[in-house]
Amino acid sequence: MKMKKMDILITGVGGQGVVLASDIIGEAALAAGFDVKKTDTLGMAQRGGSVVSHVRLAERVWSPLIKEGEVDLLLAFEKLEAARWSHYLKKNAVAIINSYEQPPLSVSLGQEKYLTDDEIVAALKRRTDKIYLIDGNKKAQELGNVRTVNIFMLGCFAAFAPLEIDVWKNTISARLPERLREINLKAFEMGRKEIEGVRI
Amino acid sequence: MDKTLQLLSGNEALALGAYHAGVQVASAYPGTPSTEILENLSRFKDIYAEWSTNEKVAMELGMGAAYTGARAMVSMKHVGLNVASDPFMAASITGIVGGLVVITADDPQIHSSQNEQDNRHYARLAKVPMLEPSDSQDVYDLMGRAFDISEKFDTPVLVRTTTRIAHSKSVVDAKRSRKVKNPQPAFLFNKRKYVMLPVYALPRHAEVEKRMERLADYCETFPMNKIFWNGKKIGVVTSGVAYQYAREVFPQASFLKLGMTWPLPQKMIKDFAAQVERLIVIEELDPFLQDNIKSMGIEVSGKEFIPLVGELNTRIVTESSAGAGLLPESEKGDFITPADGLARRPPLLCPGCPHTGIYFTLNSIGQRSKLLESDKPQEPKLIITGDIGCYTLGAYPPLNVLDTTACMGAGIGQALGMEKAGVKSKIVAVIGDSTFMHSGITGLVDAVYNEGHITILILDNRTTAMTGHQEHPGTGISAQGNETYAVDIESLCRGIGVKDVKVVNAFDLKALRAGLRDSLGREEVSVIIVRGACAMQVRKREHPRKVDVEKCNQCGICLKLGCPAIQSKDGQVFIEPTLCAGDICTICEQLCPQKAISP
Repeated sequence: MKMKKMDILITGVGGQGVVLASDIIGEAALAAGFDVKKTDTLGMAQRGGSVVSHVRLAERVWSPLIKEGEVDLLLAFEKLEAARWSHYLKKNAVAIINSYEQPPLSVSLGQEKYLTDDEIVAALKRRTDKIYLIDGNKKAQELGNVRTVNIFMLGCFAAFAPLEIDVWKNTISARLPERLREINLKAFEMGRKEIEGVRI
Repeated sequence: MDKTLQLLSGNEALALGAYHAGVQVASAYPGTPSTEILENLSRFKDIYAEWSTNEKVAMELGMGAAYTGARAMVSMKHVGLNVASDPFMAASITGIVGGLVVITADDPQIHSSQNEQDNRHYARLAKVPMLEPSDSQDVYDLMGRAFDISEKFDTPVLVRTTTRIAHSKSVVDAKRSRKVKNPQPAFLFNKRKYVMLPVYALPRHAEVEKRMERLADYCETFPMNKIFWNGKKIGVVTSGVAYQYAREVFPQASFLKLGMTWPLPQKMIKDFAAQVERLIVIEELDPFLQDNIKSMGIEVSGKEFIPLVGELNTRIVTESSAGAGLLPESEKGDFITPADGLARRPPLLCPGCPHTGIYFTLNSIGQRSKLLESDKPQEPKLIITGDIGCYTLGAYPPLNVLDTTACMGAGIGQALGMEKAGVKSKIVAVIGDSTFMHSGITGLVDAVYNEGHITILILDNRTTAMTGHQEHPGTGISAQGNETYAVDIESLCRGIGVKDVKVVNAFDLKALRAGLRDSLGREEVSVIIVRGACAMQVRKREHPRKVDVEKCNQCGICLKLGCPAIQSKDGQVFIEPTLCAGDICTICEQLCPQKAISP
């Protein structure tokens, strides 16, 4: 059987756990038998800047960077960061977006404006209607730790990924320290349920 | 799944490859994208790994270790090799005994650097062999060969990676296990090899030239110079990550993938060129392969259509190749523009950063915000020369506190140069603790010796923060996590001869202002050590500050701190509780004229 190829772009703001999420996708895909490449464009992003991570799964992957217009699935941890990479989507791609808003400093200073929800959706609609807007931070806070939002978002993504649920859970467990394991596995389950509720 | 397969970054694969190859001594100074190499190696307790004071010292350490027959590795970012170039050139002429492998991690696209120089030129300059991996498996495999080549040809070996290799993860089958070739190193007297007096150095140069001839033969059969035959219309010569992009863009072409890019296998390239209709080179940055292939008398193109500036990707390779008629226009791809109206999100100083208070003070005393308002170039009231580290981010608005940033340690010399040129403004040099250790000390010695009147701010957050919190000579902890001697910056400055040395709490706005005013009034070199722990290393974050909307009059001065936790929505300032560092900082609370900020 030929393996399904999938190019995934994960975006967010420094500190949201984008890199850990993309590591987990990569390791889960390797465990499932895919060739995998992933690359993070961090720059100096540890300091609250934009973060983007490319993850590519296929039988054989060459470039670690996904070509513009070829992203199958966008997983955005912050909604402005979804719009920022909308031109990377291919036609009819899936976009899963955390509706959380973290205004950049220039917005707080009144020098620039934060896009409205309509503008963000319009930017994505240039490529796709398969847009899922989810309040991930609220869900993670309900769990008692807003930092689980990245694993919650992975749960949302799992519905579209060519990977078995057990592979996901094993990889998440292996990657996190014991004290954070249970809460993150719960976040993952919550994400899976959440996306079923809103899936088109 | 094959149990031996791992998903490793280039840096992780490099460390593992070197460990398996029996490296015994590893040294480095942190620098993106090379830092994780030594971080990973330092976890192996059966080798010696250190953070050196700077890359020059790291290289000298590697030389010394290699002279004893031990296998040694020195890793650094591209500009680190500029610092280490003196001992690097020396290591080339003396040669080694144990393998000496030098890693240069270049940064095309300047993700986190001050330039994007192409360090492949160093291999040619220093007359040493150079290896270039294309993914993590390549990195691991090449490290197995690098030490052997070094010993076989009595030469340091340069391994050149780039950000996209160092920081990308791909699948690695790590087949080897650790073998140490020479478990009991010893230095053997041999002054004709190690003492580079003119009388011994000239014959060594002749040896180096012979070595390059032998290497030129060797590279013709080097197993990681590989040809992948396919269609004969286009033949692509490439190396590094460019191979991956080219392979994806030209599925029909034949490839000569070079794992060794200096010296170049002339016969192999000529044979390959003779069998294809058109020979092209796809490489990042300079036309290094292309120019050297041209000089063999082979017709080749590349930089006529592939950009010189920035890193490549499949879109760039596709579009530029289609523009040159190498691909049909229809394969260009379906691209749309980025969305309109996206607010920028540059990196910032963190909430609770110990640099924020002193930078706000510099901005205020130096009236730095006025500089942004005028269209005409003007001399700042207070000239502030900068350096390399997190604190370079203070150049961005709203703080706007840096006038220069060049290279590690440059700010102190630049400040003295401006003073000696005769500028009227007061001059302050800003430098971090790790950068001061790296190359600020000699600048300070110069300023004292030559009777400067500059003020030097040493921003001492007790770590090398920008690269991810590595230890340095001032922290008292070694790279391998052991307690060690901590160089005391205050005593060091006094020992050099600075009479006015102040230590000020980075989170005390009044003390910062008073200290700075005092130093600026002095006719001597003055040092202020601004001390406060890096916010990312402080775990305790209690009592996030809140804005009392009744008391707040929306003056907006707190937003001028540039703190990511202080935000404004619909005209009301608020502090995001999940971001605020709380009790460790309180800068905004001290600043607020309305006393509207409290726990």
